[in-house]
Amino acid sequence: MKPTPAYTLYHPKWYRRPVSTYWWSRQRSHFKFILRELSSIFVAYFVVLTLLYLRALGRGPESYTAFEEWLSRPLVIALNGVSLLFVLLHTITWFNLTPRALPVRVRGKRVADWLIAAPNYVAWLAISAGIAWLVLGG
Amino acid sequence: MAETIILEVARYRPEQETEPTFQSFEVPCRRDWVVLDALNEIKDKQDGSLSYRWSCRMGVCGSCGMMVNGEPKLTCATFLTHYLPGPVRVEPLRYFPVVRDLVVEMTDFMVKLRSIKPWIIREAETPPPADEYLQTPGQLDSYKQFSMCINCLLCYAACPVFGLDEHFIGPAAIALAQRYNKDSRDQGAGERLAILSQHEGIWGCTFVGECSKACPKQVDPAGAIQQYKLSAVKEWFKSVLLPWGGKEGSGA
Amino acid sequence: MAKRSNEPFLWALFSSGGMIAALLIPVLLLLYGLAFPLGWLSPPGYQRTLALVSHPVTRLVLFGLCSLPLFHWAHRFRFTLYDGLQIKHLNEVITALCYGGAVVGTALAGYILWNLP
Repeated sequence: MKPTPAYTLYHPKWYRRPVSTYWWSRQRSHFKFILRELSSIFVAYFVVLTLLYLRALGRGPESYTAFEEWLSRPLVIALNGVSLLFVLLHTITWFNLTPRALPVRVRGKRVADWLIAAPNYVAWLAISAGIAWLVLGG
Repeated sequence: MAETIILEVARYRPEQETEPTFQSFEVPCRRDWVVLDALNEIKDKQDGSLSYRWSCRMGVCGSCGMMVNGEPKLTCATFLTHYLPGPVRVEPLRYFPVVRDLVVEMTDFMVKLRSIKPWIIREAETPPPADEYLQTPGQLDSYKQFSMCINCLLCYAACPVFGLDEHFIGPAAIALAQRYNKDSRDQGAGERLAILSQHEGIWGCTFVGECSKACPKQVDPAGAIQQYKLSAVKEWFKSVLLPWGGKEGSGA
Repeated sequence: MAKRSNEPFLWALFSSGGMIAALLIPVLLLLYGLAFPLGWLSPPGYQRTLALVSHPVTRLVLFGLCSLPLFHWAHRFRFTLYDGLQIKHLNEVITALCYGGAVVGTALAGYILWNLP
């Protein structure tokens, strides 16, 4: 039965409340969800930044220095700061949600969520430390 | 302890109005009363025309789901004293068409539930089977959580994706599909995949996670959906990389 | 019989892009976006950076870093537009712009990394 009514004497006229365009601002949990989703924009911004950086690198020392100077502009630094916050939001929400998608059973009992999230965090810290070591001149 | 509490109850009488309105009722606020008790008090003593669904009054039938102060709740499991000093706003379940007062139209969910084939599918035998099926406690454990669903539709009321796109199959239907997919007696995962893997099937889900928060039985439909996405990806790669396919290809 | 949907593949791209982004981006953004420009740490400099990037494994990792997170963005942003702005009726345009953008970015990344000295 397709739920689209025509009003008749014996058939009630259903009321459908329209969903507001601002549904995501009406509830705290929805707002946090939208922030998490918007973090993907800052992920894309980082990729663009990386491509610009690599392009400047490929064009020689002058263009590389010019790009480094562009990176030092206060507005760019502010943007990068905000991006870092959103990227961290992405990382933390990503690792915290992974256990829900990958239930692990050991000897019949389900492994607790944090025990599945923890290795992700450890890997993240290890990889970050490795990259920092590589970049800073290890 | 307050003596009374105000309930603002949504009314919608299609024969006399085009939009819902709110009507205030004052009911006794007893310590052990739930919102359902308050609604029954209103219907018994104040306004007999109030329409709403309820049955077991103990949280197992799934009939009495409504929005209480903007959150989807089973009214038989929501204590009045939690909302003191009030008022308590009671509305019909969100994102469903309202038939009358607090009664919503759930046929859409029934159609979606049937579409995912919520029964044990066997390939060869015709029922009834010759012997009982054997299942270890471990095998039971892998789907038991999803079998606790009471079809109360609180998860649909909590899901903004369902609110925005009525074609989204929705948390409970997918969790129930998983309940059967993960059942060791079932051999119908391939059949269900065809329905679920469509664009409107499960892929509208963006893991908001509100469904699992609203679920009164801790079914965790959000988890079920993400697990299903992973298995759908596996099936997709199998069907692309091994097109000659095994027994449970993605389309049966 | 419904034809095989490609959504599972797009979700797989989204998922792998999200994992790579989660693991690699924070430290790189911290270093190159804040620490070096603000002088908290001294940057590696032109020659050393070139040497680092010349290694084929580094280029491969950078390619993955510049490609898959873009597909992560494309998928997530597409659904944000559907749900946030309720413009699902424009889904063909949105799909083309999002995944098209990711493909273009991937191609650019390949071109730039290939042509680095």
